[in-house]
Amino acid sequence: MIRKALWLTATSALATLMSVSAFAQERVVNVYNWSDYIDDSILADFTKETGIKVVYDVYDSNEILETKLLAGGTGYDVVVPTGSFLQRQIAAGVYQKLDKSKLPNLKNMWDLVSERTKVFDPDNEYSINYMWGTIGIGYNVNKVKEVLGTDKLDSWKFVFDPEYAAKLKDCGINFLDSPTDMIPVTLAYLGLNPDSHDPADIAKAEETLLKVRPFVRKFHSSEFINGLANGDICAAVGWSGDVFQARDRADEANNGVELAYTIPKEGTQMWFDQMAIPADAPHVEEAHEFLNYIMKPEVIAKSSNYVHYANGNKASQEFLDKDLLNDPAVYPDDETLGKLFVNTTLDPKTQRVFTRTWTKIVTGQ
Amino acid sequence: MSDTAIAASQTGNGNASPSARALNAVKSRIVIIVPYLWLLVFFLIPFVIVFKISLSQSAISMPPYTPALDFSGGLSGILQQLSQLSFDSYLWLTQDALYFNAYVSSLTIAGVSTVLTLLVGYPIAYGMARAPATLRPTLLMLVILPFWTSFLIRVYAWIGILKPEGLLNQFLQGIGLINEPLIIMNTNTAIYIGIVYSYLPFMILPLYSALEKMDYSLIEAAQDLGCTPLSAFWKVTFPLSIPGVIAGCLLVFIPAVGEFVIPDLLGGSQTLMIGRTLWNEFFNNRDWPVASAVAIILLLLLVVPIMIFQHTQARAQEQDR
Repeated sequence: MIRKALWLTATSALATLMSVSAFAQERVVNVYNWSDYIDDSILADFTKETGIKVVYDVYDSNEILETKLLAGGTGYDVVVPTGSFLQRQIAAGVYQKLDKSKLPNLKNMWDLVSERTKVFDPDNEYSINYMWGTIGIGYNVNKVKEVLGTDKLDSWKFVFDPEYAAKLKDCGINFLDSPTDMIPVTLAYLGLNPDSHDPADIAKAEETLLKVRPFVRKFHSSEFINGLANGDICAAVGWSGDVFQARDRADEANNGVELAYTIPKEGTQMWFDQMAIPADAPHVEEAHEFLNYIMKPEVIAKSSNYVHYANGNKASQEFLDKDLLNDPAVYPDDETLGKLFVNTTLDPKTQRVFTRTWTKIVTGQ
Repeated sequence: MSDTAIAASQTGNGNASPSARALNAVKSRIVIIVPYLWLLVFFLIPFVIVFKISLSQSAISMPPYTPALDFSGGLSGILQQLSQLSFDSYLWLTQDALYFNAYVSSLTIAGVSTVLTLLVGYPIAYGMARAPATLRPTLLMLVILPFWTSFLIRVYAWIGILKPEGLLNQFLQGIGLINEPLIIMNTNTAIYIGIVYSYLPFMILPLYSALEKMDYSLIEAAQDLGCTPLSAFWKVTFPLSIPGVIAGCLLVFIPAVGEFVIPDLLGGSQTLMIGRTLWNEFFNNRDWPVASAVAIILLLLLVVPIMIFQHTQARAQEQDR
């Protein structure tokens, strides 16, 4: 993973360099986005329409993106951090304010999402929403029914209560290896404030997670996609779109694995991936054109149809696949939406408590 | 090394004119400067930068520590920055047993892996060195061949072999040796397998080069003098191969201590290694000063074996002369 990231960095740096020197006259935008997170034809269409060449590069964790941005001089014009990371990066001075006069398509955005992203980015001055989603339970319907006698994992208790987790142990449980995702949903299961930064609350989450730790096969943030699709594991706490990706892979393989995703009734974390422009971006003009293009209803709808995540663009909904728009796991109904919460950024001290707690949960030390 | 080079050039030109001798001395100095320059640019300067970061404090800014290196304030500005440095990050490392445990666990895993690699690698290197001379280049090629594929892909392949439904378990169950699949994947055993497999060529190559240049009439002499084949091995072959053993062990041990990819892919959650701790500090906590302090201590832990290696190398060269 790390080697891949290093390699990507090296090649992208080279690509950026070459594109700057060889095509001094050509218009370029350097985009850095999550892996498997766009329909590639959108990039080709953008170039066709505007004449701006897209140099596209990918990462697979917020931490890698953040470390590069904090080091500075990345050469990227558009990046896509998750909300709580964006909030801290704005404070560190990583981004420039958007020139909204160049973004007429802002009128298409969905106020329900824009209101919530203000938690991270007051008045949405620095970013636009790209995709949003939830954390929930992805599971193998048949195997879970065999073990638990039910095929509706509608509560966090099925993974956080030792009684149920012990039964799922043999067919395999995977947790995300991410304290900022796992601790908030554990707090929600316990009925505590999921955005709590109080060490006493975090200690209660730790206690709960330590009790189910022996039943967890692995803490990993991406392996569960293949694990679920192959039938190697039967339940995973994971991001909605990743579970849908696993479902598609299982369908393609036609291996009899039937996967489902639920948002537990205790509520869950809602996350937002936001597009923003770094303060030292070399192609600010082109970056704005790119953001404006992404906010075209039919463009962002195409991307949502491809990655199975909901987007923050109200006008795009008429262009979405009906299956996607009507899937309550992707576009939750109002009742479920009321139970979703957002997490704010952690101050360095609380971050340390989170990381240390997590190391203890994962390694037992 | 450098002294001998100068000595050689000077004795070699004993009859040359003084000016030619001076020119040669300059030339040999330049030759010596190159490796030192290499060390300076690729080791010492990065080391000083990391060391300086380890004495800073973390902050929410770009870069995420303070004071950032800035020469614009002139000498007084630099002095003022220096006064802000502290050893807090190092003190922090002593306050939580996590770091100590991670170092110990990394050193243990690296040590055990090195011994295992030696046990697997020595017979292979010995066999290669005793093989007919015409066959040796092919055997050497086979050892190097895995490098033609990406390291990452080869480690991924082990997932397919070791997992509960993997090739190994299918094979063992197929021949009726076991009924339940062996749980190897996501355990320390898988890490050892991964490290031994990945670093085996680094063990075999120096061992082979030590064993290959050995004069085998020495063994015949030992046997003529009454040694059994086994005692001839322990009394003659093994001592002569010790420089190869040391070189091989260091080439395996040093990268294995800081290994990150193999434990991440093959190991279980319970494995605590310093590479992972470093990653957490740097990426999750965004605490570059503590991450740098962890790296500096790791470097010190590794410099000691490297110096032992240099020392024995130098002694071996002297003995050769």
